[in-house]
Amino acid sequence: MLDFWFSWVILPLDSMMRLSTPLVLLALAGMFSERSGVVNIALEGKLLAAAFASASAAAVTGSAWIGLLAAIATTIMVAMLHGFATITHKGDQIVSGMAINILVAGITVILGRLWFNQGGQTPNLRGDARFQGIDFPGAAWIQENVPFVGSVYGEILSGHSVMLYLAYLMVPISWYVLFHTRFGLRLRAVGENPAAVDTAGISVVAMRYKALVVCGILAGFAGTYLAIGGNTAQFMPNMSAGKGYIALAALIFGKWRPVQAMMGCFLFGLLEAYAIRLQGVEIMGIGTVPVQFIEMVPYVLTVVLLAGFIGRANPPKSVGVPYSKERE
Amino acid sequence: MSSQRIPGWINYAVVPLANILMAFFVSALVFVYVGVDPIDAAKVMWEGAFGYSEGWGYTLYYATGFIFTGLAVSIAFHCQLFNIGGEGQAYFAGLGVALVSLYLGDVLPFWLMMPLLIIAAGLFGAGWAFIPAYLQAKRGSHIVITTIMFNFIAASIMAYFLVEVLKPPMSMAPESAVFPVSSWIPKMHDFLGAFGYEMTATPLNLTFIFGLICAVLVWFFLWNTRWGYEIRAQGFNPSAAKYAGIDPIKITLLTMAVSGMLAGFFALNTLSGDMHQLKLNYVAGFGFTGIAVSLMGRNHPVGIVLASILFGFLYQGGAELAFEFPGIDSKIIVVLQGLIILFSGALEYMFKPSIEKLYLKATGWRADKEEAQNA
Repeated sequence: MLDFWFSWVILPLDSMMRLSTPLVLLALAGMFSERSGVVNIALEGKLLAAAFASASAAAVTGSAWIGLLAAIATTIMVAMLHGFATITHKGDQIVSGMAINILVAGITVILGRLWFNQGGQTPNLRGDARFQGIDFPGAAWIQENVPFVGSVYGEILSGHSVMLYLAYLMVPISWYVLFHTRFGLRLRAVGENPAAVDTAGISVVAMRYKALVVCGILAGFAGTYLAIGGNTAQFMPNMSAGKGYIALAALIFGKWRPVQAMMGCFLFGLLEAYAIRLQGVEIMGIGTVPVQFIEMVPYVLTVVLLAGFIGRANPPKSVGVPYSKERE
Repeated sequence: MSSQRIPGWINYAVVPLANILMAFFVSALVFVYVGVDPIDAAKVMWEGAFGYSEGWGYTLYYATGFIFTGLAVSIAFHCQLFNIGGEGQAYFAGLGVALVSLYLGDVLPFWLMMPLLIIAAGLFGAGWAFIPAYLQAKRGSHIVITTIMFNFIAASIMAYFLVEVLKPPMSMAPESAVFPVSSWIPKMHDFLGAFGYEMTATPLNLTFIFGLICAVLVWFFLWNTRWGYEIRAQGFNPSAAKYAGIDPIKITLLTMAVSGMLAGFFALNTLSGDMHQLKLNYVAGFGFTGIAVSLMGRNHPVGIVLASILFGFLYQGGAELAFEFPGIDSKIIVVLQGLIILFSGALEYMFKPSIEKLYLKATGWRADKEEAQNA
């Protein structure tokens, strides 16, 4: 019983924590961008760019923190490119996002091969070049001596890197910033009714750029966790593997709200954890569960939710619409 | 700005050209950074893609795929719909082609198989686009997000079919069995060989001709039929179109079904024409490249065919490039593709004001001079 509990409840929840971390950060990143009225399907590209930047910088300098800074600088630059195209030049936000995703997928491999000559990968990192797991006080002892509940503390909560705890700390911070500060109020207003914000004397363009900076910072954290903050210690080509889109799905699933989006990420992370766990496992009476069907649940759920079959997900009103001052 | 004084060719030729040149210029900088002379690289690519008949064959083979995915994106663009799901629609259409080929290929003759394959590819592609279209038209869910999700759903379903259903029992690779010969679309070199023309063996097949026919049909459909008119009207001004009695639900469904059908035809070129078996991820990004093709071709079939040939050249030349310069990854083509989407799509309007100003200045100067002469 204890064995079953450990391998089917505790371990999947533990992987859920890890798998959800980049999703949570990305969903928050997307939330700031979309709440300000800028559609962000470039999350995938930002994640990949940040992962590459952090792993490269950490490999060269040997410091994971410099890796984080490099990742943030990179994603802010990518976000500014998105802003330059869509805010300054009023380009199509989806086209710009696609361009960034494709561009990043190519350029990371080119630069990776050029710099490290390992077929696009970055060197494997050790020691301070990656974020190590932190064991909570007494984690091992509690896990051993307290049945059932002990492993919740010892396995699920303890033992992750500082990046994971920072990621979940971002959720209440984002919630506070978005709903309880002047900046957050203006940000939401710009996404709902930019003309009104403009009338009030606040620059729509500046607000949207600011939102994209915040988006870039959060995406930088996400990529850093993906490359050097979790179980991996290097960059691999295309390692984002659709996580940017899953985060987008979680954001919609959470109706553009931080806590709900985190719940969406947990749900999708847990599904992924079980999909990995169930690979090739025989279940009595059913046989093997086709993993592909578990993998597709997040996407199906998002489609169903968007179609309004369960609840309704209403995006910010002006999302995707470039703002022009002159009336037509 | 007095837009009447700006002639059409500025908008249709000069601005897009400036955008593409910008994309090529930035890619040249990437080449320089990687340590390859961009002129040398261009030479190698040109040689590889057009220098000999094998290169030509590959270039046009890739171009055929881009014609379908490009047309698919463009027809949706004309209705102001962004079909980002060409990748999934083409992938799912592969299932239709595979099922028809595997289950009927042994029974039916070649001349019956061809129309059946076209119908299967079109139907599966259209079906996969129809659901997002229905959800957009009836339930108001955003087509971009839905088609993105449908790309992933298609990937999961296809992985399931390949691993659990279509994979031959003894095989380890996630691939279907090889299709029976009667379902193979003839290769161009065999076809021309029958008439006495010699050509090197390449994957280029008769689907190329079908692609060109589709481009003509799309042109005819969009600009010379009532439905095409309604699609463009709705894309141009949805509320006016609705006021004129055009049913937005019907038109959305129609547009996406045609778009999905065209994306589905991609399966004919790659599966029936060349691979002769269904493979995991066989679309390999060609559906997404269709967006770049469509943007570059200004959503017009003629432009799309030209852009497809350009992209065929980039793909074939890029493969050659990676072969010639071992330090370079063929992904450099992906960078170029991203830059083209960025400059001719997202930054479409960046140069427009300055080019227009330049034109007005140039002609204004001339007008002044003429006036002075007349006086």
